[in-house]
Amino acid sequence: MKHIINCLVENQPGVLARIVGLISGRGYNIETLNVGPTADPTVSKMTIVVPGDANIIAQVTHQLSKQPDVIEVVNMTNRRHLDRELILLRVAAANHHDRAEIVDLAALFMARVVGVQTESVTIQMAGNQETVADFLRLLKPYKLIDISRSGVIAVGRD
Amino acid sequence: MKDKKTTGKADEPEQPGRTGAQCVIDGLVKAGCEVLFGYPGGAVLDIFNCIYDAPFNFVLTRHEQGAVHMADGYARATGRPGCCLVTSGPGATNTVTGLATAYMDGIPLVCFTGQVALNMIGNDAFQEADVIGITRPVTKYNFLVRSADELPEIIAKAFHIATTGKPGPVVVDIPKNVQKQMTVATTPEKVTMRAYKPDVEINPEELKDFAEMINAASRPLLYAGGGLITAGASGLLAELARKANMPVCTTLMALGAFPEDDPLALRMVGMHGSVAANYAIDHCDLLISAGARFDDRVTGKISSFAARAKIVHIDIDRSSINKSVHAHLGVHGDLRKVLDAVTPLVRPAAHEEWMGQVAQWKERFPFAYQGREGELMPQYVIEQIYEVSGGKAVVTTDVGQNQMWAAQFFRYTRPRTFISSGGLGTMGFGLPACIGAQFGRRDELAVCITGDGGVQMNFQELVVAVEHRLPIVVVILNNGYLGMVRQWQELFYSKRYSGVMLSQSGRAPNEQIQDKGGYLPDFIKMAEAHGANARRITRAEEVTPALKEAFESRQTWVIECIISPEANVYPMIPPGSHVAEMINHTV
Ligand SMILES: Cc1ncc(C[n+]2csc(CCOP(=O)(O)OP(=O)(O)O)c2C)c(N)n1
Ligand SMILES: [Mg+2]
Repeated sequence: MKHIINCLVENQPGVLARIVGLISGRGYNIETLNVGPTADPTVSKMTIVVPGDANIIAQVTHQLSKQPDVIEVVNMTNRRHLDRELILLRVAAANHHDRAEIVDLAALFMARVVGVQTESVTIQMAGNQETVADFLRLLKPYKLIDISRSGVIAVGRD
Repeated sequence: MKDKKTTGKADEPEQPGRTGAQCVIDGLVKAGCEVLFGYPGGAVLDIFNCIYDAPFNFVLTRHEQGAVHMADGYARATGRPGCCLVTSGPGATNTVTGLATAYMDGIPLVCFTGQVALNMIGNDAFQEADVIGITRPVTKYNFLVRSADELPEIIAKAFHIATTGKPGPVVVDIPKNVQKQMTVATTPEKVTMRAYKPDVEINPEELKDFAEMINAASRPLLYAGGGLITAGASGLLAELARKANMPVCTTLMALGAFPEDDPLALRMVGMHGSVAANYAIDHCDLLISAGARFDDRVTGKISSFAARAKIVHIDIDRSSINKSVHAHLGVHGDLRKVLDAVTPLVRPAAHEEWMGQVAQWKERFPFAYQGREGELMPQYVIEQIYEVSGGKAVVTTDVGQNQMWAAQFFRYTRPRTFISSGGLGTMGFGLPACIGAQFGRRDELAVCITGDGGVQMNFQELVVAVEHRLPIVVVILNNGYLGMVRQWQELFYSKRYSGVMLSQSGRAPNEQIQDKGGYLPDFIKMAEAHGANARRITRAEEVTPALKEAFESRQTWVIECIISPEANVYPMIPPGSHVAEMINHTV
């Protein structure tokens, strides 16, 4: 199972390398990783998606928590949360028939067509992990020319 | 002795404050440093310029690895953080093995490394190395100092991190220009780091459950690890053990944390541990891990380790609990506080049947060995070190068979008297660690038990002992082999000895260097060339007199014992196996 781990860290040089090194050095995988500032400029938030069973995730969480730069670690997967990933993708659309289908599909997922080229369309889509996976699955019949994913970000809900 | 007229600062303009280099010295003094081990170079010249006037002792080692192991040995022997200083590039990369050794065993030390000037970093400058990147996985933390203004605080933080929680090595990488910068910044009285919280609140529920489990157990066993020594909780553990009459086994790292001559002591557990300790693990119904971490050299086959027991794991490092073995109860916290709080909740008990069983194992299977005709047995040498020293030595070991015999045949009764690289198993550790230990404990007899392989990895440091008139006694158990590797090849690779032969005598005639003859290298000549006293012994009768002379002389000695070449360490539980597969050729 994939876990979304939110990690508040000191906003300092070297912290990203330390966290990544820690996780990869112990043989765990990072599926996506997102880093950004928070409301407090001295604190950054990292959102790490790690696949693994409960034991692996507990290890990752404890290892992260004991780092002198890590202020707080929260496994979002275990609590009510919202998660989103932004993807940008260019899909081949050789004729207007294909293009119409892709645009329809995008509309169903509330994705936006942000660029139209003669033989392709560019789509911006945001959603939680499931929705993104569904969308990509339905796009399978078409040729994906390029895709960029932001990695997952998450916030807790009460 | 020193010419104080030249400060080397004459041509600098007058500025308020002090240099970054001076901040290093002041930070060390403030941290209570009494001895700094190190090696100079271009990137730390400014710091060395200040060392000239420093109030602490500077010890010039002969290799940077030696400096870190000495700081490490000092820390293990005293409980105070070790300090070392090296230059950039090769100086810093030479510290990596030492740092990793300290990291694996949770030893507090602070290592200062010089770095090229900030504006040169990343340019492949002369003697530049990415020290922060290289040392990150082998340190508890590391700092790149960007300005002299932050240096006093960073040094204070470095010592704070190194010595609190689960201790460990910390690197402070200081660019050359930062050493020259002036600053008015002062060392903070108290270090505050919002993200670093070494103090753990103990959960009272966990304590209650813990006490209940002890009270309910009929075959409890304490399994003490190195954390017990770090926490200074030996006395508290003994109190708990005696109150509920529970036997105690110790890991290699915890030897001495519980007196091995105590009736409750089962001595060392694990691959080469005592039969009693390993049987007790297998039969107990409650296993209490106090500052141990279920290393694979202890557990063997995980699935059958302590299979009949409920496991309680007390650890200051939360990530250690449930890492390799499932604990039925994890107690997260400082061992001192946990033991102090749990003992009053525990009911006195006798556990008669269990204690009877344990006593029987102890009686039937003590550490033992069979002599070999005409050969000096290493176990005998260790027994004599114990006898002649009256059991009152600080022993450091190298890694291999010598380490295991030193663990088995000496009886450690005080914490911080057995010093050995447990986690990393670093050959070359023993000699420099012994020097560091002696610097910290001047009045004690410091003995290094080492092998003919490992001693060659840092032999150059012997000069340091001689130079500082340290009366350490280095006992080389010379079996002519990388003995521990040879033992595995004998037992698990059908005696195909590959890449393990050190002596000339075991070789085929056409492979011997005929004109040299004798011993290669000649440790006696080597020791004498380094200024130490030296003696080679080959027979059992020579052991006691040689040790007596060395121990009484209060001078640096090397005693080379030509021991049985193919003596093995037993008992042995093969790696990844269960106790039932223990090999024991001593009974
Ligand atoms: C730096 C390092 N290299 C290799 C090893 C692997 N190793 C473990 S024990 C051993 C043999 C040690 O030989 P020696 O020092 O003669 O000690 P003995 O086992 O013979 O007592 C070796 C090579 C190690 N532990 N450390
Ligand atoms: Mg040897």
